Amino acid sequence: MRTADRLAVDCRAVTKTYGEGETAVLALRGIDLEIRAGELMMLVGPSGCGKTTLISIIAGILDRTDGNLHVFGADVSAMKPSARTSWRRDRIGFVFQSFNLMPALTATENVAIPLLIKGSPRKEAMARAEHMLERVGLANRRHALPAQLSGGQQQRVAIGRALVHEPQLIVCDEPTSSLDHETGLSVMNVLRETAAAEDRALVVVTHDARIFEYADRIARMDDGRIVTLEGGTRASAEAYQRVASPAAAQHA
Amino acid sequence: MNLIALKMLMGDRLKYYGLIAGIAFATMLILQQSSILVGFTKQTGAFIRDTAQADLWIMDPQVRFSQDRVPVRETTVQLARGVAGVEWAVPLYQGFLRGNMPDGTRFTMILVGLDDATLTGGPPQIVRGQLSDLRRDKAVFIQADKPEKKLMMKRTGGRPLAFGDRFSINDNEAVVMGTYRARESFFWEPVIYTTYTRALSYAPPERNALAYVLVKVQPGRDVQAVKKALEQKTGLSVRTNDEFIAMTADYILNTTGILVNFGLAVALGVMIGSLVAGQTFYNFTLDNLRHYGALKAMGVSNGRLVLMVLLQAGTVAVLGYSIGAGLGSGMGWIVASQGLAFSMPWQIPAFAFTAITLVCGLAAWLSLRRVFALEPAVVFKG
Repeated sequence: MRTADRLAVDCRAVTKTYGEGETAVLALRGIDLEIRAGELMMLVGPSGCGKTTLISIIAGILDRTDGNLHVFGADVSAMKPSARTSWRRDRIGFVFQSFNLMPALTATENVAIPLLIKGSPRKEAMARAEHMLERVGLANRRHALPAQLSGGQQQRVAIGRALVHEPQLIVCDEPTSSLDHETGLSVMNVLRETAAAEDRALVVVTHDARIFEYADRIARMDDGRIVTLEGGTRASAEAYQRVASPAAAQHA
Repeated sequence: MNLIALKMLMGDRLKYYGLIAGIAFATMLILQQSSILVGFTKQTGAFIRDTAQADLWIMDPQVRFSQDRVPVRETTVQLARGVAGVEWAVPLYQGFLRGNMPDGTRFTMILVGLDDATLTGGPPQIVRGQLSDLRRDKAVFIQADKPEKKLMMKRTGGRPLAFGDRFSINDNEAVVMGTYRARESFFWEPVIYTTYTRALSYAPPERNALAYVLVKVQPGRDVQAVKKALEQKTGLSVRTNDEFIAMTADYILNTTGILVNFGLAVALGVMIGSLVAGQTFYNFTLDNLRHYGALKAMGVSNGRLVLMVLLQAGTVAVLGYSIGAGLGSGMGWIVASQGLAFSMPWQIPAFAFTAITLVCGLAAWLSLRRVFALEPAVVFKG
């Protein structure tokens, strides 16, 4: 079987309910979603539609209420918390909307965090982190603190941090929403170039229509469901206009 | 990960310094107040320690502390000498008397009269003269330390009482024939030594004048057995040096309110330090909750986070304690050099360190509860 045919993420009837009884909120109403290895999947939809809940479950940082979830063959839904913690450490890379860089650490140290968590020797971790910073175009800023970097540079450090330990799945939450258009595209280029590989997959939650052209498929969510899935080839902004909500399409 | 924990801690300089300052302040308060209390406690027993040649003190059962004069009969000395196991027994006079300095300055003294024959119970260190000089006519010994504070001739604004000076005790002439050095005492009045017989001649006439009988137990004899025998024979109280010191300290600390006041100060130090350090450390953790969430999402286990928070708490505890201990000791050194009560046995720093560790541990535990309860999914909440 070719790597591209492998399933990176296999969600079957995944539901998520917050709270209990009368105050219970059904955030996901039976999600079926397949993401192939080597694919960049974007999750789009209005606020509160369940995008963040879905990537949190896919990334193993939130328990689903029901259904099954396999990520690169691993049955995430059956894992105990400690096993899931180790699995996240080894297999998942995170890119956050607000970067979440440690303000007291330099760019290199921030990028090295996943390696240090895995127990790599500090010297080796720093060397690999510096190499990763070169790949994201920040070799000359490796000693800078986050506060000394622009928003785009900070997000590139965050991408370096998400990739340095060579995870199988990279989840990105609104990676360009804090950035201007040009910087956002530059960050997506870096993400696409450095992350795209046949043995890994990217899931990107976004509202930013300007970056839809980078997606292989776009899943539009609404009210806890995937309402449309534009797939097969890399989606374009025009394609998005068919699947996105009217407001988002107008924005696009 | 340890380096990350420390860099997180030191990243916000203001909070970091605030944490250390809070702990240093608490440490200093605990050390200083406890040391002053211990210093006072030690000073209450200074006279007994200075009279350490004896093993036992015979006294009236109503005596509450070392300067509490309740005279017993002179025959007590003879009775004590007749008890098996007693090496020697000598009388000791002690009483508060009034004196006049050469310039007419009046003062109150504690006059101590030593056994004429042996001069047992004399000051521990003679600075000028010899102890036997006490047998010379009208001879007394005064303290060499800080006479300008205790024996100053204030009326002429001149000098302190000194070797060779003549002054009067209860209108009887006395001559300073020697000076001595002794432990700092809790009691303010100057202690003036003379012989037992001369002390009686200075003191106003009383039916009984003997304050204490000092007893030395024969080598190899059981002190407690001899003590019991003396109590039976004399019908009086007999105490070892340690018992007498403890009784004196107990009485003074409890009746003067010193214990309560200093105890409160120590408790306040712990409480204020706890509040400052605990609150700051808790806030520090809350401020970093998002980063802890990111670390949890990236695969850091709760156990690892515990170690990181404990390392942070331990670091500020050790640094704060070290600075506080340094400041407390320095201030103590200054206080002690002025002759004021300050004594820091190793138990006080150990107690302070334990208290500070508990405070930081408590703050860390409160912080960790928030970290444990933290859902890593919080990192996706913009």
